[in-house]
Amino acid sequence: MTATVKAATADALPQVRTDRLPLLILPVVMLLALPAIFDVPAWLTLTLAGLAMGMMIFLMASGLTLVFGLMDVLNFGHGAFISVGAFVGASVMLPLAAWMQADSFALNMAVLLPGILAAMLVSGALGYGFERIVIAPVYGQHLKQILITMGGLIVAEQAIHVVWGPDQIPLPRPTSLRGAFIIGDVAIEKYRLLAVAVGLLVFLAMMLVLNRTKLGLLIRAGVENREMVESLGYRIKRLFVGVFVAGSALAGLGGVMWALYQETVTASMGMQVMVLVFIVIIIGGLGSVGGCFIGALLVGLTANYVGFLAPKLALGSNILLMVLILLWRPQGLYPVARR
Amino acid sequence: MLHAILSGDVPRSKVLAAALALIFFALLLAPFVFPTVNALNVAGKICIFILLAASYDLLLGYTGIVSFAHTMFFGIGAYGVAIVMGRVAPDWGGVLLGGGIAIALSVALAALIGLFSLRVRAIFFAMITLAVASAFAILASQLSTLTGGEDGLNYRVPEMLRPAFRLFDGEILGIVINGRVMAYYLTFAVSLLLFLLLLRVVNSPFGRVLQAIRENEFRAEAIGYRTVHYRTLANCLAAAVATVAGMLLALVLRYTNPDTTLSFTIMMDILLMVVIGGMGTLYGSVLGATLFLLAQLYLKDVMGAASAATSGVPLLPSLLHPDRWLLWFGLLFIASVYFFPTGIVGRLRSLAQRHRLL
Amino acid sequence: MSEPILSLRGLNTHIAQYHILHGVEFDVPRGQLTMLLGRNGAGKTTTLRSIMGLWRASAGEILFEGRNIAGLSTPEIARLGIAYVPESMAIFADLTVKENLVLAARNGPLDGARLDWLFGLFPAMKRFWTLPAGVLSGGQKQMLAVSRAIVEPRKLLLVDEPSKGLAPSIIANMITAFRELKQGDTTILLVEQNFNFARQLGDSVAVMDDGRIVHRGSMAALASDAGLQQKLLGLSLDAHQ
Repeated sequence: MTATVKAATADALPQVRTDRLPLLILPVVMLLALPAIFDVPAWLTLTLAGLAMGMMIFLMASGLTLVFGLMDVLNFGHGAFISVGAFVGASVMLPLAAWMQADSFALNMAVLLPGILAAMLVSGALGYGFERIVIAPVYGQHLKQILITMGGLIVAEQAIHVVWGPDQIPLPRPTSLRGAFIIGDVAIEKYRLLAVAVGLLVFLAMMLVLNRTKLGLLIRAGVENREMVESLGYRIKRLFVGVFVAGSALAGLGGVMWALYQETVTASMGMQVMVLVFIVIIIGGLGSVGGCFIGALLVGLTANYVGFLAPKLALGSNILLMVLILLWRPQGLYPVARR
Repeated sequence: MLHAILSGDVPRSKVLAAALALIFFALLLAPFVFPTVNALNVAGKICIFILLAASYDLLLGYTGIVSFAHTMFFGIGAYGVAIVMGRVAPDWGGVLLGGGIAIALSVALAALIGLFSLRVRAIFFAMITLAVASAFAILASQLSTLTGGEDGLNYRVPEMLRPAFRLFDGEILGIVINGRVMAYYLTFAVSLLLFLLLLRVVNSPFGRVLQAIRENEFRAEAIGYRTVHYRTLANCLAAAVATVAGMLLALVLRYTNPDTTLSFTIMMDILLMVVIGGMGTLYGSVLGATLFLLAQLYLKDVMGAASAATSGVPLLPSLLHPDRWLLWFGLLFIASVYFFPTGIVGRLRSLAQRHRLL
Repeated sequence: MSEPILSLRGLNTHIAQYHILHGVEFDVPRGQLTMLLGRNGAGKTTTLRSIMGLWRASAGEILFEGRNIAGLSTPEIARLGIAYVPESMAIFADLTVKENLVLAARNGPLDGARLDWLFGLFPAMKRFWTLPAGVLSGGQKQMLAVSRAIVEPRKLLLVDEPSKGLAPSIIANMITAFRELKQGDTTILLVEQNFNFARQLGDSVAVMDDGRIVHRGSMAALASDAGLQQKLLGLSLDAHQ
């Protein structure tokens, strides 16, 4: 993302070209969908659903794209953190089902928040182990990386079966997050609203860290040139492990949110969502958090609009979206500058 | 003579040569040596998966790119035959028609994906194939009027391949040459021929260029090879062979559904076969596919017994549950990528070499 | 004479299977500016990268203040007080000029007096303070790369071809900057192709060819001996000017 220009004395300052074009796609897609759907309340509902789905995908994808940008590591096993997060969350919440079903926001949250926290902790810890044991030995070797992390995914999925059994687990949403606010003809689902809020919050927090803290500067500098960051005296490996763990924890958060959205938890859910996650980070430009955010929202919106207009084409539409964007920008919306 | 048939790519290890010969003769004589319906099905599946794994190795081992769309091409072949058999005519013309359409579709898709994503970087290709293949699998199960959805399709195959068919009135060497045996030998012959063809390809100048690109893309580009074109060509060839493997499967099984052709599990199976057998050597696919399928069949029984035997112990029974065999294969897979990147064949060859040096 | 701040003893470096450095040996005297000269491909950049730990030395010693730093990681080496300006400059294009310098200042916030001194040397840094470094011109990027290395006092500066592609007026600023740094007790090891630039700055000199040191001595001696220049560098001062 490009910085804003504040210089008042603009006598011969070079022009900073801010690349805002990709930002325009979102409103354009929304506006194009309006006449196609031809029903304002339905359009509003679908738009909210699309944004909610996009935000959840963003949670799961952001860590992956940052890890790739920083270390050129693509973890195909990222889906395991999503599934594990969902299962851990369910394990914490289900024994307290009575509180979940109670008609009290406070009681609901008293279950939901520890569930989310546990999911993030376990996914993060798993991410740490995964990085140390599985990924660290194969730095810089893409082929092995893909194979090993895929193998890790298989093992993780099977291990979930060993721990939690072979069946899917139903996970009903807490009472206060069920239903919708009705405003006129428009139904705004509460859970979707929450998903949008959480996604936005995480995105803003990430942007704040990346742009306003030294840690964020280091990450952005590392994405551009990790050798130079090391030459300035910073241990980039440590930074990388930190980002990897944070990304895994976010995947765990995304997993819980996704599970509550679907109201079931399955071992293969991580792998299923990963398809969308990959599409999102390709669209966004591998390594770019901003691109990932726009890409995720685009994918969410497209899936919902097309799902309404031509249900059978929903997933195909995302592939089509990816193809169109890559035809326009072969490296994704915001290609990351590299040496 | 044998040297020419194998395109000069000899096993270079006595143990490997013996294992390959054993597999070859066991498959050649399978209908006579293992005369049960079940055993014949397993033998047919082994032939098909050897071919499928070998075509995948052309990508993974020889070209150094990871594709997750190989089952898509496999599925296109199977569904191509299945749909034409079921809707047009269950005869050889139908096989050619369905197969022809399927191969054309596969090659076109492979070329498109290749030109599109191999330009950027190998890791892109892996992600895009994964996305496209899973979208295709979902599409196939949703277009149920054409594909029969999750249930798949049941259909009749050309008469000669139906179980009721008899080639001769009497028995030959103690067995009846029925349609099942015919279907098996069709599978065996096509698989063998295409395997030898692949062996020829990887030992041709084209194959050497692929390996040069795998070793050092930058350098190959500098020498003047259009790496994208070579890789795309390899992708198309691998896709075409996978499609034929799918056609064979459709003819042998006489039904086609997403689980047997398009599922991600099959994709992982192929990956495991190639890596455990040995990447970058087609003989690895032979060993890998054979061992994997036999293990899949019999390991489950062993694990079932072990699981029952340890029923008092915590966790162990669920670790040893027959459905968890993939857990152990996954661990074996990771271990082999770390410790034996050249797989069983690579180990055997380096052992043989050390032996010769001593 | 005091002990050299840096001395290389029999340094060997391999890159993949290629043997690049064959027993490189020279000293960098404390408080001086040492020039590392030689043709393209002689191994100068590899030498700097080996000192910085960006290539692993396969044999030999790199003694910094008497301690062997071969085998330390790059961040550890940097934290001993060695700064590196690579030939590619490696500025962070996505970050502003300010952010580039903030990262380079490991020990805390930017020091105002030091900044004023930098702005005096390179006024462009002040003007473009809040702009992303990617929009700077080549010369300005080079100034930023050097500024980044000296934004805090360092003991040893490794600079790879700072004059490359710069306008003469900027080269003059660069020369001033290095002179002032030297007075401020910073030792400098400079790789250079531009002999004219080297002659104006260098105290001592080491010349490399084919991965080996072929000459060591004072800059003054080399500058006054056209025959030696011709022999070592394949150039004469006159032809270069």
